[in-house]
Amino acid sequence: MTADTLLERITDYACRPDPYPLYAELREAGRVVRQADGSHLVGTYHEINALLHDPRVSVDPRHGLVRDPGLSEQEQLPFLILDDPAHHRLRTLAMRPFGPPHSPGRVDAMRGQIAELTGELVEGLRDRAEFDLVDDFAYPLPVTVICRLLGVPREDEPLFRRWSDLVVASADVQPGEEAAERARTGRQARVEMGRYLVDLAEQRRGRPGEDMLSAFVNEPDPALRLTREELAETAVLLLIAGHETTVNLITNGVLTLLRHPDQLERLRRDPGLLPGAVEELLRYEPPVHLRRRVPLVDLDIAGSVVPKGEPLILVIASGNRDPGRFRDPDRFDPARVDNQHLGFGGGIHLCYGAPLARIEARAALGALIPRLGAVTLVEDPPPYRRNAMLRGPRHLPIRVGSL
Amino acid sequence: MAGDPREGRIVVVGASLAGLRAAETLREQGFVGSLTVVGDEPHPPYDRPPLSKQVLLGHAAADGTGLPMRRDPDAEWRLGVPATGLDPLRKRVLLADGEWLPYDRLLIATGTRARPWPNPEEAVLDGVFTLRTCDDAGRLAERLAAGPRRVLVIGGGFTGSEIASACRERGLEVTVTERGPAPLVGALGGTLSKLAAGVQRAHGVDLRCGVTVTALRGDGMGRFVGADLSDGARVEADVCVVALGAVRNVEWLADAGLAAGPRGVACDAGCRAFDMYGIVTDDVFVAGDVSRFPHPLFEYQLLSLEHWGNAVAQAEVAAHNMVSPGPLRRPHLSLPSFWSSQFGLNIKSVGVPTFSDQIVLAQGTLEARRLAVVYGYRGRVTAAVTVNMAKSLEYYQHLIETAAPFPPGPGAADRPLAAELTLPSDVPDSKKLSHGPTVALTGHLPDRRLTVVRHA
Repeated sequence: MTADTLLERITDYACRPDPYPLYAELREAGRVVRQADGSHLVGTYHEINALLHDPRVSVDPRHGLVRDPGLSEQEQLPFLILDDPAHHRLRTLAMRPFGPPHSPGRVDAMRGQIAELTGELVEGLRDRAEFDLVDDFAYPLPVTVICRLLGVPREDEPLFRRWSDLVVASADVQPGEEAAERARTGRQARVEMGRYLVDLAEQRRGRPGEDMLSAFVNEPDPALRLTREELAETAVLLLIAGHETTVNLITNGVLTLLRHPDQLERLRRDPGLLPGAVEELLRYEPPVHLRRRVPLVDLDIAGSVVPKGEPLILVIASGNRDPGRFRDPDRFDPARVDNQHLGFGGGIHLCYGAPLARIEARAALGALIPRLGAVTLVEDPPPYRRNAMLRGPRHLPIRVGSL
Repeated sequence: MAGDPREGRIVVVGASLAGLRAAETLREQGFVGSLTVVGDEPHPPYDRPPLSKQVLLGHAAADGTGLPMRRDPDAEWRLGVPATGLDPLRKRVLLADGEWLPYDRLLIATGTRARPWPNPEEAVLDGVFTLRTCDDAGRLAERLAAGPRRVLVIGGGFTGSEIASACRERGLEVTVTERGPAPLVGALGGTLSKLAAGVQRAHGVDLRCGVTVTALRGDGMGRFVGADLSDGARVEADVCVVALGAVRNVEWLADAGLAAGPRGVACDAGCRAFDMYGIVTDDVFVAGDVSRFPHPLFEYQLLSLEHWGNAVAQAEVAAHNMVSPGPLRRPHLSLPSFWSSQFGLNIKSVGVPTFSDQIVLAQGTLEARRLAVVYGYRGRVTAAVTVNMAKSLEYYQHLIETAAPFPPGPGAADRPLAAELTLPSDVPDSKKLSHGPTVALTGHLPDRRLTVVRHA
């Protein structure tokens, strides 16, 4: 097979359990590898990192030569896919109730709640002969946390889960003719989810709680207030991003530890390695594998020119395994010292929720590790979700006690 | 040098950031011999950037900025005892208490101290401060907390500007005097210094540029009450902070025969000190603020940098080279970078902004106080400074490292129309400033005048 079919093979569902050999093939094929469909793949660390920081590289899909015809110039987009200065304004406003400089202690103050939640979830697994780590632990934890943080009723989960699934599916990097249909249903779901979240926020106008929707809707300074459309897009983004990725981080973490019993044992003996282990997981099995970009000018990448407007796909999970950057990259080493991974991206779009994700992952793995000694995977590899961009197991069935 | 370089005796003179990082790295690199770290202050290594920020605001205690140790360097600490001499022939360091410390290899990391007010009688007035050590910061923070009616800051460099910012944040009236045309001009050039001046005034700083302080006044009982300015004006204040830049701690090397002088100790790219004839030594190394080192991106001129990041990077290279045989030694090539926070602005710099003839506003706008300014010299990118746009810096760092053409090409999403316009960088002669520059190009030669001596 030739290198110009790599994207097709990477996104093929059959490769979901182990895309890493394809990533190695991609790095071998060059710094920029043109695909038959006209897109350009980049899979080496230094090139990805440079593109993540390059102001001439856009995240806004409307700059693409090939674009979704349903996407209008006027449409409000979430800051995840907006360039500066629009991105900066929205991200800064969204950050006000979440992190420094205006709310420096906010995330840190959630440690207690998160520890309590993980404790309850672990308690629920006691006396179970078999459980699904995703449904019984890795999914409920971040969902409950993001619901509390935003001010979304936890019992509405079945409602927003459906929307979330559709939005995430529409954002996937997936060549094929159903793309337009997925985009349409994704957009519809985004609109409905936005309306739902704005309604929730409106209920808190004048009666603010501690949650972020309350903070957004009760902002006294008109210059710092989100418009209705901005609020809808921002709230949708935070609710989805706040849990879709963390589920995978926790699940990938447990899967990786069960595949490396020596490292699991090491972490059990030395819990001080846990923060480093989470960083290593973000490198070794990151929740986000692919990001899309569009060059705003003809771009020279390591000697190849990517023309303005042509799709650029950064295979960040491949950059994380680049031997040109990491020593022994395919080895999972919780004590790795030189570990500036791309797991949270980089540049101006560096993961907004990274501090929260780190706390959740440390709490979750910290609570689970003492109990993983006597469990086995029911299936390895486990069944994966369809998504190639946000990659992770759909279920992770675990049996307690060995056969 | 006979034997294994990982054995023997190493003395590190200087127990601040560079000294500590070097000591840690020596052990990481397998040094098993005896290690002594000498420091003139009685404190274990501590971090200085918070002293002009969090400590003055009362958010951190002056004695609470101790540097975390990455590992125990297993060193003998000689703290509170300055080194006063060096005998390179007999390979020993003289301490103030009269003891001689023998070494096989020596690291000089004595850094700098605050330049004192030149008139000693005025400098001792109660209420007159400099800011370099944690003791300085503790005393100044206490005085600021007592609510003086006005603080006079002499010198509009980074330290002076950060002090003024802390004063305003505490609600204190503050006057800043700067001999140059605007604050920060020595480090950042004309355009950004104008922005800094505007921001300071908008925050209520009484900023006086183009003037010097000619005298500090006491009340007859030894208390500072005000100052006379060169334009005839008089400033009444209860506290005065002298922020005139730094003096390199090289006096103890006066008779050592090294290329040591007011601009620092000259060394090669591998951190080995030059002697006064420009001959490189092989047992005396230099790191941190006291060093002057050549950099290929800046025409191999000797750079002297007062930067946190340089102290760390250079200490690591020096330590590595001290315990490695020749072919395995590394050059210190990291790009200079620094940051400052003041008046709600996060200012970050990479490269050497003073090594420039032109600038361009590459991203953002001055009005939004969020921008990236790129500096060029003879058609290539040599530096970039961001204001509230730190995440963009890495892109420009890459342009500097690859000697990319200046001005940088179009295409940035938030590129302003002004990006088509190159302006003179307008970096003044640092001799015309109140404050010393924190980045200085110091020429190509060892920093010591030789006189011809003929034997009779």
